[in-house]
Amino acid sequence: MTDALIRTVALTKEYRMGDNVVAALQGVSVTIAAGEFVAVMGPSGSGKSTFMNLLGCLDHPSGGEYWLGGQEVSKLSGDELAGVRNRRIGFVFQHFNLLPRTSALDNVALPLLYGGTATGERHVKARRRLEQVGLGSRLDHHPAQLSGGQQQRVAIARALVNDPALVLADEPTGALDSHTSVEIMALLQALNREGITIVLVTHEHDIAEFASRIISFRDGLVIEDKPNTARNAAAQLSQTGSAKEAA
Amino acid sequence: MNFAATLRIALNALRVNKMRSALTMLGIIIGVAAVIVMIGVGNGAQGRVEDQIRSLGSNIIMVFSASSTYTGARSGAGSLFTLSEEDAYAVAKELPDDIQAAAPVLRGSGQVVAGNANWSTTFYGITSDYLVAREWVIAEGRSFDQADINGATKVAIIGQSVATSLFGDTSAIDQVIRIRKVPLTVIGVLERKGQSMSGQDQDDLVLMPISTARKRVLGATVAAKSRSVGSITVKVRDGANMKEAEQKMRDLLRQRHRLQQGQDDDFNVRNLSEILQAQEASSKVLAMLLAAVASVSLLVGGIGIMNIMLVSVTERTREIGLRMAVGARAKDILTQFLVEAITLSLLGGAIGITLGIGASQLIGHLAEWRVDLSISAIVLAAGFAGAVGVFFGYYPARKASRLLPIEALRYE
Repeated sequence: MTDALIRTVALTKEYRMGDNVVAALQGVSVTIAAGEFVAVMGPSGSGKSTFMNLLGCLDHPSGGEYWLGGQEVSKLSGDELAGVRNRRIGFVFQHFNLLPRTSALDNVALPLLYGGTATGERHVKARRRLEQVGLGSRLDHHPAQLSGGQQQRVAIARALVNDPALVLADEPTGALDSHTSVEIMALLQALNREGITIVLVTHEHDIAEFASRIISFRDGLVIEDKPNTARNAAAQLSQTGSAKEAA
Repeated sequence: MNFAATLRIALNALRVNKMRSALTMLGIIIGVAAVIVMIGVGNGAQGRVEDQIRSLGSNIIMVFSASSTYTGARSGAGSLFTLSEEDAYAVAKELPDDIQAAAPVLRGSGQVVAGNANWSTTFYGITSDYLVAREWVIAEGRSFDQADINGATKVAIIGQSVATSLFGDTSAIDQVIRIRKVPLTVIGVLERKGQSMSGQDQDDLVLMPISTARKRVLGATVAAKSRSVGSITVKVRDGANMKEAEQKMRDLLRQRHRLQQGQDDDFNVRNLSEILQAQEASSKVLAMLLAAVASVSLLVGGIGIMNIMLVSVTERTREIGLRMAVGARAKDILTQFLVEAITLSLLGGAIGITLGIGASQLIGHLAEWRVDLSISAIVLAAGFAGAVGVFFGYYPARKASRLLPIEALRYE
């Protein structure tokens, strides 16, 4: 499994709540190859969000190993993790998490700022990504001047701007209506076809259907891990979405 | 990440929150302006006292002929003339490093008459060194020259009060006044000096060459004989030690008067500096008090910054979480918030300085107070503002940088 992008070995995470120790993850071993589109599902409290946070290098595991692209990141310091997040991971959140009163272009360029990219190059890259998500005409708009779907597109452009190996989408359609949700999922699928690895957390089955593999969690353990056979239908849906966008 | 980028991030964060930034700065603006105005007013008050001291002569030593007991009845200082003109010239000549000028003075009083006006005043027989020693300035006309001193010319320089009493609004120059029936031509009028600190009118006097006073005006009195004088007015050089100069002069005079060891001085030495130093000290205290009050307002401004920054950190927790998620290290967050706080306080400081200078000038103009703006006060206020930014910005910044990315992102 040398070409695995993500490999976790018996990953555990415990939270201390007063005197109680809550085991949110109880030994998760998952391998995700580069170029996969994986949906992580499960009811609340199943540990899927914890798993997501560990994959995103936002949190330290209590035990086990996490290898990202051949590097064991579970042993890294906070600042080193920040570097990993900056260069290798793009985040898409449920509530977009855009900086208010800041232009779409500057929002997208934010990771580049922390990565130390020069100003001119930042703007070129950010502009290209915004054009890629279909917002080339809204570079100077502030989040408040954009619809929910457009804001999420800005967030996706931001996730992509540093050419990450992995895009993590945490309930990316949770704050959107169903029509816009389909558009966003179509966009993610299109990106996946270009070779970007996407891990999506959702509790909605019809959103998970867009992925090519579905991993289900319950009580801190993986209970099911299967390829998604129904994906063709979803792809078709997305094509109608793309067609509409193009029109 | 380089500093320019951090600066850009911080400035952008301030820009997108214009109202909050402005309100935060207000505290610092007022604080810095207050410091500058208060220090300006304090320095002005102190400067005025110092000027007063200078006009009275803080570095002036008066040597009076003895008030001695060997005639039985004690008479006032200067009534027995143990000093001579030569003593004065010797002091000036022998102690050139310490003494700038030493002027012999013969003093008398009497009625001054001009036309049908008359005025009772004090007159002084002096040399031109006296004007140098007292730093008195001729407002109109000229001073005495050596020919006047040598030749006992019948000329006089009068104070403003005398000029007004005798001549009203018309010019006193070239007018003739009489003192003890001796006609003197007015050749100069002194600049107005106002009251002394003891309430004495410093403009109520007539000056004449010492030779004129001795030979023509005082006439047959004791002062007429020999070269004796009532007092010597001595100006100590700027920078010279007052006490040392006084001691050297005392030794010189004792030597000249051939006084044995253990024998009392046959003259009295006095200077004004002690009273004046006390006054200067009190005005310094006033200036410090004002600065202290102003510093408190700067401190309050600093606490305001901390307050707003803390609120801002809480309010922007999700933003901080996002920044961390996209790659900001703890150090980047710390720097960002610290730079925000410092920028606020420095910008506030700059506005405060402008406002403070303007307000000082306005106060100086409206209240007719003397306000001395000093560069050091401005630098101090600016430095203090920056320090306030660092000091009060650090805690909120550190709090922000210590947030865990995952908790910050989830913060509601």
